Amino acid sequence: MSNCPSDLLYSKTHEWTRLEGEEAVIGITFFAQETLGDVTYVEMPQVGDTFTAGKEFGSVESVKAASELVAPVSGTVTSVNAELENAPEILNASPFGDGWIARIKLSAKPECLMDAAAYEAHCAAEKH
Amino acid sequence: MSELRTPLIGRHIALGAKMAPFAGWLMPIQYEGIVLEHEHTRKHAGLFDTCHMGEFRIEGPGADAALARALSHNLATLKADRCRYGFLLNARGSVLDDCIVYRFGPDNFMLVVNAACAAGDFAALRERLPQFVSLTDISEDTAKIDLQGPESHAALEQTLEKNFSDLPYFSFRQSSFNDAPLLVSRTGYTGELGYEFYLPPDKAECLWSALLAADSVKPAGLGARDTLRLEAGLPLYGHELDENHTPAEAGLAGLLTSEVDHVGRTGVTKVRERLVGLRLSNRRAARNGDAVALPDGTPAGHVTSGSFAPSLGCAVALAYVDAAHANKKNFVIKTARNELAAVRTNLPFYTQGTARVKLT
Repeated sequence: MSNCPSDLLYSKTHEWTRLEGEEAVIGITFFAQETLGDVTYVEMPQVGDTFTAGKEFGSVESVKAASELVAPVSGTVTSVNAELENAPEILNASPFGDGWIARIKLSAKPECLMDAAAYEAHCAAEKH
Repeated sequence: MSELRTPLIGRHIALGAKMAPFAGWLMPIQYEGIVLEHEHTRKHAGLFDTCHMGEFRIEGPGADAALARALSHNLATLKADRCRYGFLLNARGSVLDDCIVYRFGPDNFMLVVNAACAAGDFAALRERLPQFVSLTDISEDTAKIDLQGPESHAALEQTLEKNFSDLPYFSFRQSSFNDAPLLVSRTGYTGELGYEFYLPPDKAECLWSALLAADSVKPAGLGARDTLRLEAGLPLYGHELDENHTPAEAGLAGLLTSEVDHVGRTGVTKVRERLVGLRLSNRRAARNGDAVALPDGTPAGHVTSGSFAPSLGCAVALAYVDAAHANKKNFVIKTARNELAAVRTNLPFYTQGTARVKLT
């Protein structure tokens, strides 16, 4: 299993968040992409959309399944990763890097997110 | 519940396959990734464990006439060393299973059936065949491996060091591997040139490894098997074929050339719904069970299979729609999350398949 970067925060639903001042970059974890298998479509939010932590903000489809994306933080979308539209496989190849999904201007302080160690324990528990 | 294991389970685990239950068996879904395995099979060759499938032997004086009454297959035109696809029907002409009949001789056959249907098929056949015709379930003594893809023929000849270029589509040959009998059949479920092998289970690992040693061959799981067959427009039992649909509804009436009064014959051409191929506008897929409607919202039917199609770059679906709407061009699929526009298209979706290529 790939190490989860220690500078990120994680949600139980397998999204990661990188805090950058008043903004945050979000994506899905290595564990999430591995569970999904080959990603074939990413339904992304649009710039200007606002969403609330814990609510759905998009979805990811693989050959076998579709699964919703749950917003790890609250805020307004300032940019999305347009590369994913035609090359969603980037989510498999680089979930923590080039496979980022959206950049958010935070409207509230992040809550209930885990650090890497807690998230890895969460994944280990979910596997069994 | 504990699933059955194929003789290749050790190979799958060694290859790091993702395993999941399928039709009562623990099967490899993928090794490196469904899309990679799909594309490799289209361009080179994929190796599939299909040991879960069922095989029956039917033989004895009168087997030919009795089997011709039990199945939809036209056995009158089926020569020895040839095989044919068709159906085990219920009395209403709907499909209990789809299966391939292999003819070894005048009264000597093998039937290859779906794993999930095997027990029911056996019971139905036993009831339909007279007692003097022998029906034997040889599934436990039969391993099955599929090699599929444009480079499968070269890999096969290299591995067995024998010539197979004179084996036509839907024919088979008794060969040998490591001093054991090996049946080589030029058939498959991907739309590509390919072979299906039947051999004793204790030789399966050895053949698997020998075929995998060819540079062009990679293992491929049930995930790729499903996207390959979907692109090729081939039906999957439990999705496009079931006890509520006739072969005619599935678009397979052309196979019904038997002149024998077989079980289900009177109802077999009944059409209430028709299976249609739908091409979606982008990568977003519809799934089994999604409702299909006309653009004005009129309900029309439901999706039986749907996926992103790696060789086409967009999503496709098979759907049963009311026969009255089957010639319409535009449909809307209501997925759990969205409404997707879909355009009816001819089958197969993928038209460059090499399955029927002539090698001599």
